[in-house]
Amino acid sequence: MKKSFLFISCEEAQHICDKRQYGEATGWERVKLGLRLSWCRITQAYVTRNNKLTEIMNKAEVDCLNNNERNKLKEDFEKELAKHQ
Amino acid sequence: MADHKIDPNNWINLYSDYLFNYTISRVNDREMAQDLVSETFLAGLKSMANFKGEASERTWLISILKRKIIDYYRKINSNKGKAEVRMSYNSDSEAEGDWLEERVADPFDKTAEDTIENSELGDAIYDCMGKLPEKQAEVFKMKTILGYDTETICNELEITASNLWVIIHRARTALADCMEKNWF
Repeated sequence: MKKSFLFISCEEAQHICDKRQYGEATGWERVKLGLRLSWCRITQAYVTRNNKLTEIMNKAEVDCLNNNERNKLKEDFEKELAKHQ
Repeated sequence: MADHKIDPNNWINLYSDYLFNYTISRVNDREMAQDLVSETFLAGLKSMANFKGEASERTWLISILKRKIIDYYRKINSNKGKAEVRMSYNSDSEAEGDWLEERVADPFDKTAEDTIENSELGDAIYDCMGKLPEKQAEVFKMKTILGYDTETICNELEITASNLWVIIHRARTALADCMEKNWF
């Protein structure tokens, strides 16, 4: 099926919405999302929920170990673990 | 009754991020948080015999971590009297008169209540992330929490960009569902 240059499917709209949460949607993609958003309730619901998730992730300021930190922790722990087994 | 079993082999994979997030939101020092998490795992290992299985491994480890955090603050407070207080006020004469405004309390600054709510929110997010399949949780963490770019994650995990976005989509949908039930 030929893809429309302006009208997108619900799945594509959700995909663009996901990319937008990370600032990776292009201007054109945002226009297409906006158009779909103007009439599609499923997209509207998805965008609202997705934005809310981003909002709480930013609010909570959750943090985690990066790979180097985790590897260091793992290495130290495994040395101790070996002594106990 | 002992419902839970203990298996230290999986502790780092299962609980290190949760414990780290719990700690950093309370001590606000990345290096110290890592040390406290490491000490918690080691203390857990030493006192494995005391694990009765009445609570989950994670709850048990958190109870050890809480004691470590309290000890950390006790230590800081006992050293306070000995500490030399250094405060550098702005001595630049051109900026004279600005200092009061600069030092006035920021109304948008976080209150203690905000901090507590945010750390509880962080705990709820980690609870939900713990329910995701391992791969989804890993990709979501790298992309959303660590802020890695798409290319870096794809190279590190040997996946395509479209694969990454499918994983992100599934993770976000599952997380939103879970947070809706537990938080919103």
